[in-house]
Amino acid sequence: MTFVTGKMSKFMDTDKCFHCGNEVLKKDEIIFDEKSFCCNGCKTVYEIFSQNDLTCYYDFQASPGATPQDIKGKYDFLDNEEIVAKLLDFQEDTTCIVSLYIPHIHCSSCIWILENLQKLQQGIIASSVNFGEKKVRITYVPNETSLKQIVELLSSIGYEPYISLENYGETKKKIDRTLIYKIGVAFFCFGNIMLLSFPEYFEVNEYWINQYRGFFRWLIFGLSLPTFLYSASGYYVSAYKSVRAGLLNIDVPIALGIIVMFVRSTVDIIFDYGQGFFDSMAGLIFFMLLGRLFQIKTYDFLSFERDYKSYFPIAVTKIASDGSEIPVQVYDIQKGDRLLIRNQELLPVDGILISEKASIDYSFVTGEAVAIEKKSGDKLFAGGKQLGKIIEMEVLFSVSQSYLTQLWSNDVFQKKVEQKHKSITDKVSRYFTPALLLLAAISFLYWVFIDVTTAFNVFTAILIVACPCALALTAPFTLGNVLRIMGNKKLYLKNALVIEQLSKVNTIVFDKTGTITTNKKTAITYEGVELANAELKLLKNVLRGSNHPLSRRLYDFIPNQDRLDIESFEEVIGKGIVATIDGKTVKLGSSQFLKTMTENTHKKTKVHVEIEGVYKGSYVFNNQYRQGLEQLFEKLSHEYDLFVLSGDNDGERKILEKMLPSNTTLVFNQKPDEKLQYLEKLQKEGKNVMMIGDGLNDAGALAQSNVGISISENVNVFSPACDGILDATQFNKIAYFMRFSKNAMRTIYMSFGISLLYNVVGLSYAVTGNLLPIVAAIIMPLSTITIVSFVTIMSNIYSLKKY
Amino acid sequence: MSVIYFLITTSIVVAVFFLYAFIRAVRSGQFDDDYTPSVRMLFEDELKKETNKNQINITKEKQL
Repeated sequence: MTFVTGKMSKFMDTDKCFHCGNEVLKKDEIIFDEKSFCCNGCKTVYEIFSQNDLTCYYDFQASPGATPQDIKGKYDFLDNEEIVAKLLDFQEDTTCIVSLYIPHIHCSSCIWILENLQKLQQGIIASSVNFGEKKVRITYVPNETSLKQIVELLSSIGYEPYISLENYGETKKKIDRTLIYKIGVAFFCFGNIMLLSFPEYFEVNEYWINQYRGFFRWLIFGLSLPTFLYSASGYYVSAYKSVRAGLLNIDVPIALGIIVMFVRSTVDIIFDYGQGFFDSMAGLIFFMLLGRLFQIKTYDFLSFERDYKSYFPIAVTKIASDGSEIPVQVYDIQKGDRLLIRNQELLPVDGILISEKASIDYSFVTGEAVAIEKKSGDKLFAGGKQLGKIIEMEVLFSVSQSYLTQLWSNDVFQKKVEQKHKSITDKVSRYFTPALLLLAAISFLYWVFIDVTTAFNVFTAILIVACPCALALTAPFTLGNVLRIMGNKKLYLKNALVIEQLSKVNTIVFDKTGTITTNKKTAITYEGVELANAELKLLKNVLRGSNHPLSRRLYDFIPNQDRLDIESFEEVIGKGIVATIDGKTVKLGSSQFLKTMTENTHKKTKVHVEIEGVYKGSYVFNNQYRQGLEQLFEKLSHEYDLFVLSGDNDGERKILEKMLPSNTTLVFNQKPDEKLQYLEKLQKEGKNVMMIGDGLNDAGALAQSNVGISISENVNVFSPACDGILDATQFNKIAYFMRFSKNAMRTIYMSFGISLLYNVVGLSYAVTGNLLPIVAAIIMPLSTITIVSFVTIMSNIYSLKKY
Repeated sequence: MSVIYFLITTSIVVAVFFLYAFIRAVRSGQFDDDYTPSVRMLFEDELKKETNKNQINITKEKQL
């Protein structure tokens, strides 16, 4: 699928397809309605829109579209009522509602066209887009149209929905909005308490203040109850759990501070000692909840917990005993069933090939990009992609017993990430909490001999003022901001914790196929004077005699020619070939060999051609490795141990050794579970491993690693279980992200320093028994504001730093 | 000055009403998607030439 970003299409130029914005090749160009299109598909979409007066689609954004894919037969399973019923959100005789995930949604034009679907298809009542989740929710009348028709319509206009086994039969997950409610309540209480507290801050002994003091104070008390009991409830639970587990996380002093504040303030107003600290308490809870909201930013349109289900189709075509084709859900596939697999379809189960031959691409499972030929009677494994004409197979195992599902049932997938890791805030609080309690106890003991009331006052004041609000806010705000910045730069991390883990990494393991190489096949291009057919014939015949890998590839590339007899042939190893055919001298090889020019594009693999002493041009072997790979490894090699694990054989060892820094370890022939074990071994050596991989075959390794980042050409569709998803175009920025995560942690340490400074100031008031509510009410928001602005500014500055 | 009891009570009641409105809005899912509505409100009169031509085109389109 073509994916056009807004930036690319901003400057419309005649060479770009009006619909999808791709380059238009002159020979394929289609002119329609005075606009140029790159293919028939794009033209058809334009036609549909213009016939229905929907050309405004192109007004909001230039070339917003995608080329529709051929989907013939792909959605036949939507004829099956049972399957449809499972996909629908709501079903009744007259109305059905379905939510479809459409990866292509990316601009306002998309929203517009998808919300005007009723203009294109009768029976659709309404449709509304959720841009963040890339979903469209369609309400339709089942008698007038069907889900299949809708899906086919969407596909025909380039918005093919992504329907996989994951959508199937899943209980609709409930959106958790508790945090928003808590923040709402806390803000309500905080605001009102602040307003009601103001008179007492300034007019200490005025006549009328004394008159109404009781009323104000009890009202404040009442307002503080919802915050104390409801909004802050999460902290009590977390603190209780952490104490029971024998750890002292940051929530312990927070919960303690809140409770002490509430009790002390209540006592204060009962005995008329003062106004209490309700204002500080409500503000504290509000700010901390806000920090939590900031930290849990999620990318709704990405799913980090995907398993094999998201890759498998919902249904496949089964051949019934009477020869008819019926769509059947993959879970209903039985041993012995006969299945029909179309081109580009994924094999959902293990089986035996019945058709004469098939070619299966297992790159998904093994990482080996070359399709494997299978003959009738061969065993086929689940996860392979069928290429070529339709095949028939007999099922050996049901879905749950197949190879892929077994890989997924490995223990690593059951483990929770949180257990592996202790956050930086928790580490600090391990020292902070005991120190705080110790200080409170000592001050209490000191004062108790002087004055018991003051001793209690001091004790509570210390717990109140040291309540580590700023400390607790530091990490959420820094990491939340960094998460957002990285998201803008197309590295999507699962949550803020991953940044901390990222900064601790000292070993990086790369997968080869699909990660450091692109999935695209190596293309050979020719630069120079165009070669005549007779000259090509000469070349092909010369190349036949050479066994050099480049010669072999070039030989395969040049179209078939008649054989000619070679008069003389000489190959200079590592340089090139000189041969004479039909009295003509042909010279092939490196630029030094031809001596026609000096070149400095040493990284590009080229074969130059010279015929009869005339330089013709060169064949360029386009690098299949990602751009910037060498520079990236060069940068990373200074700080990290680098490994490349590959499922392929070691055919490319030489090339990789030449390209990559010498301290990179290359390991070949690794099956998915061996990769997993290799990572385990590294971790046992005490290394903090980051795995960068792609595809389902790396899923085990990604889950085993300390940080698993998945590279994706199209972030929307394929992303296995991992901690982060990196857009493939940003591959060369990995070093930048690593550096940025380290700087983020540095920012956190710096602001820890600042917040401790505030604590010292506050404590100096508390220990001496002089903590007035107004001091607490000033210090608390001041420290929060300082910390939040400090970390926001710092993390933005660091993000601008190039690396 | 005892009017202050009345005034403050009223102000709290008003504030409670807003809190209630906020919670209701959250519950109805208004804040789940904070981007689409901002774009949607800008679409308005683009669909001008609504004729029964539509009907014909739908059948045409199905053949495609």
